[in-house]
Amino acid sequence: MILVPCPHCGPRNASEFRYLGEERARPDPVAATPPEWRQYLYRRTNPAGWTTETWHHSSGCRAFLTVERHTVTNEIRSCTVAGAHT
Amino acid sequence: MTGTSFRLEDRPLRNAAPPNPGRRLDPRPGEVIDRSAPLSFTWNGRPAQGFEGDTIVSALAASGVRVFSRSLKYHRPRGLLTASFHDPGCLVQVDDEPNVRGAHRRVEAGMRVSAQNAWPSLRFDVKAANQLVGRFLGPGFYYKTFIAPERLWPAYESVLKRFAAGGRASAEPSHDSYDKRYAHVDVLVAGGGPAGMAAAVAAAAVGASVMLVEEEYELGGHLRWGGKRELDLLAEQRAAVDASPGIEVLTNSVVTARYDDNWMAVLQRSVFPGVRERLVKARATTVVVAAGLIERPYVFAGNDLPGVMLSTAARRLVNLWAVKPGTRAVVFSANAEGDAAAADLEDAGVEITRLVDARRGENIVRALAARHGAARRTGLSAVELGDGSIVECDLLVTAIGWTAPTSLLNMAGDRPVYDPTAARFRPGDGLPDSVFVTGGLLGDGTVDELVAHGSDVGRAAAARSDARSVRQDRSDRAAGADDDAGPARPAPLPVVPHPALFRSTTHGIVDYSEDVSSKDLIGAAHEGYESVELLKRFTTVTMGSAQGKLETVNAVAVLAEATGRTIGETGTTVWRPPYAPMSLGALAGRQFEPVRRSPMQGWHEAHGARPLVAGAWIRPDHYGDPEAEVRNVRTNVGIIDVTPLGKLDLRGPDVPLLLNLLYVNKWSKLAEGAVRYGVMCGDDGVVFDDGVTGHLGPDHYVMSTTSSGAEAVLNLVEHVLATDHPEWRIHVTPVVGDYASINVAGPDSRALLGRLAPELDLSPGAFAYMQVRSATIAGVTGCFTWRIGFTGELSYELHVPADRGLHVWEALLDTGRDLGCAPFGVEAQRIMRLEKGHLIVGQDSDGLTSAYAAGLDWLVKPDKTDFLGKPELAWVAERGGPTAQLVGLQPVDGTLVPPEGCQLVEGTTIVGRITSSRMSPTLGRSIGLGYVDRRLASAGTVVSVRLPDGTETPVTVMADLAHFDPEGRRLRA
Ligand SMILES: [Zn+2]
Repeated sequence: MILVPCPHCGPRNASEFRYLGEERARPDPVAATPPEWRQYLYRRTNPAGWTTETWHHSSGCRAFLTVERHTVTNEIRSCTVAGAHT
Repeated sequence: MTGTSFRLEDRPLRNAAPPNPGRRLDPRPGEVIDRSAPLSFTWNGRPAQGFEGDTIVSALAASGVRVFSRSLKYHRPRGLLTASFHDPGCLVQVDDEPNVRGAHRRVEAGMRVSAQNAWPSLRFDVKAANQLVGRFLGPGFYYKTFIAPERLWPAYESVLKRFAAGGRASAEPSHDSYDKRYAHVDVLVAGGGPAGMAAAVAAAAVGASVMLVEEEYELGGHLRWGGKRELDLLAEQRAAVDASPGIEVLTNSVVTARYDDNWMAVLQRSVFPGVRERLVKARATTVVVAAGLIERPYVFAGNDLPGVMLSTAARRLVNLWAVKPGTRAVVFSANAEGDAAAADLEDAGVEITRLVDARRGENIVRALAARHGAARRTGLSAVELGDGSIVECDLLVTAIGWTAPTSLLNMAGDRPVYDPTAARFRPGDGLPDSVFVTGGLLGDGTVDELVAHGSDVGRAAAARSDARSVRQDRSDRAAGADDDAGPARPAPLPVVPHPALFRSTTHGIVDYSEDVSSKDLIGAAHEGYESVELLKRFTTVTMGSAQGKLETVNAVAVLAEATGRTIGETGTTVWRPPYAPMSLGALAGRQFEPVRRSPMQGWHEAHGARPLVAGAWIRPDHYGDPEAEVRNVRTNVGIIDVTPLGKLDLRGPDVPLLLNLLYVNKWSKLAEGAVRYGVMCGDDGVVFDDGVTGHLGPDHYVMSTTSSGAEAVLNLVEHVLATDHPEWRIHVTPVVGDYASINVAGPDSRALLGRLAPELDLSPGAFAYMQVRSATIAGVTGCFTWRIGFTGELSYELHVPADRGLHVWEALLDTGRDLGCAPFGVEAQRIMRLEKGHLIVGQDSDGLTSAYAAGLDWLVKPDKTDFLGKPELAWVAERGGPTAQLVGLQPVDGTLVPPEGCQLVEGTTIVGRITSSRMSPTLGRSIGLGYVDRRLASAGTVVSVRLPDGTETPVTVMADLAHFDPEGRRLRA
């Protein structure tokens, strides 16, 4: 089981987290065409390599985290609090 | 297994008795038995003796038993091969526990040990059985024999079941339990031999916390069955381990798996009396694998005859348990271990009739079974050598090489590489920085060299662990991996050249557990199974109880020979977890299921409530008669415990923005003191949750959700606030546990609540339907109550500080006695909401139900700029609405309740389904909710329901979802 380096709690078991999948932007709900909206709902790039995804430390500090993870090696090269930059 | 299947005790093996005390040797310097502690047990129902420290098999071997099982397919007698955990012929039944490793498990007084079931049965004439098996037990027979015709599959299944090796699982629950433990260590050392002990001591010496795991009952590895030098070193190393407070030693335990970031699964056996196995989940910063080497059998005709064993088996029997393994021995040796075995045997009084030295090109060709006398068919009587001579003996010891158990390294990403010099697979260079190797697994050396290397590796592992911990504790620990930190890996151990010996000029058994011979493998290779992974699955080689530890390399060598490739080109199979077998009990661990209970649950149980498990909650389903509970609510007043409802306390000026985004309806103008019903959809427009939200005070709201959706809604709210709208000024607090919630429902609910909340003006004008008030109820301050009507009755939902919940509950019942106030459960509530046509999310909706399909058109406000699911719902509306519609349904035969889930059909076409159905005590007839195709959704249409028995019955589509009081006069009263 991988360790997720939560910026608040330190490295913790992945089982403490909820996995929300690849990070993706929600299109403008008024302007979006059906294909664009469905792309957002259902399509993932699912690379064999680096990917940016959201993890929720649901059994910990409950922060939402933006994680850069390598899907082949499970290496995590960055883990920051999502939305903290705004 | 059925009663007709064979049990070995039906017909004891010829050599099972009488015990032969002459096989126990005089005391040996390294023996592990306690001769002052004799104990008695039974073997196939007959008395047997041993000493404390004996394994089941060593005790029996000391009594002269040579055969412990029959082989899986060919029903051949099997004896001792390795005298260790992996011994394939020594699986036995102990009391109610099947598949006990008899060559590992220590014997205990009173154990009832028996040989396990075999097939075909011993009652079968062996000759006949051999003819039978010869016809269809060749390689791949599982696939070839049992394919067609399909109608015979049940018959095949009963045959295949008999092939399943194993004992009898007890039908009774086990008296023993299983457990789980979590551990966090700096360094985990897998293997307690000389290198592993040295690594543990060295790591602990520099301050690391160490877990040292050893598969056997004692530390020491091969030192334990060595000579004086080894025993002296063993004593020295054990003393050093004992003197290191930082080392936790787990014996009779095995590291079964390594997962990401050194998440290690350690199976601990016989932890405490009554605890059979415990799974230790250890997070280790670094891991040292010191698993040693496993001796490899030689492939030749008769290599599975009882009396043929590995050199380590002979040395262990003599030196650990003081058992004489035979009287006249041939030793086939390619290495020092074989020579040492010959010396040990001689020392034990075994006559060495011939030492066959592979290093001089000598060979053995076949082992011959006795043709006469007591050992007939069950034991070795002679060996045919490479020069054609035949030597009589009752013991043949082979020492032809080793297998490196690289499993844990494979699980860490490494792939073993074949080293022709050492004639074995060795670790590759693909290990992560946090995993180290030492000892025989890595290379060769004297015991002192192994110890020195182990110490170096232990220090390096501790230093690497330290470096990683420091990095993780730095404030920028999450900024990125920095695995270069820490010292370099010590240089690997060299290897000593070893003859490459796999198969003689004859064919023999490769996989003892699965009864797969070299001939089978060559045949399979000629059939085209030339990849080792395919060969494994086709022939089941390496798939038995030893799981490849004994047979993998021989299988690869035979395949290489058959295909004209080298062993390196042929490659090996990938080792996967678990390394050692573990019970399902160990995986399950201790029963641990947290249950949520409302403050009134104890009262419910004391008053006859039938429990209903609803997610994590346990709730009253009813108190004996749900229909009577319905009638009481409809005519008098009832109370229900609705504590599990989700509740979020929302505070801040921007709460209306959040509500507008989450719910499909409008929220900007919810006045203080008002409550509104809302439905949430996902961005796919599918109904996700529903509930009411009340505006309690300035910038203060309470949102209720379904009980099952509470967690998901909280996650959603937090996600929106944390990532999409961090600028919104909103605090959210889940308050499910803070309140006990009670719904007071029925025509007399106003009168009842008035008695307990005299300061609250309950007149319809002052406290109208869909309003909320703060209140003091039964003397309890800090309550709030809203007027809503899930049951369709005038009702007040009270939210009371949790610790006062039981007080208010009892006050309601006491005060309302003359009004007929009585509790009702979830079932009565479900009946009443169905009478009223209120949907339950998840019951009357599924993962495809849009808000429009669920009959919530009146709620959806597409003119809002945004809400979750808005575009999808707009497109549903553009297409002219959903294809199916939720409607009220009533069977024409009002006495019949079609079960929930029944399909609505038109001929052979499915046109809908029933989602809820009950007998309505109020209407005296059956009612339901369900989906029908839009063209059939108009009132009065009659549709057929297909019942589970295949018959059909008509149901009428109703004008309203509500079967009772569709105008809502009662709840607005
Ligand atoms: Zn955290």
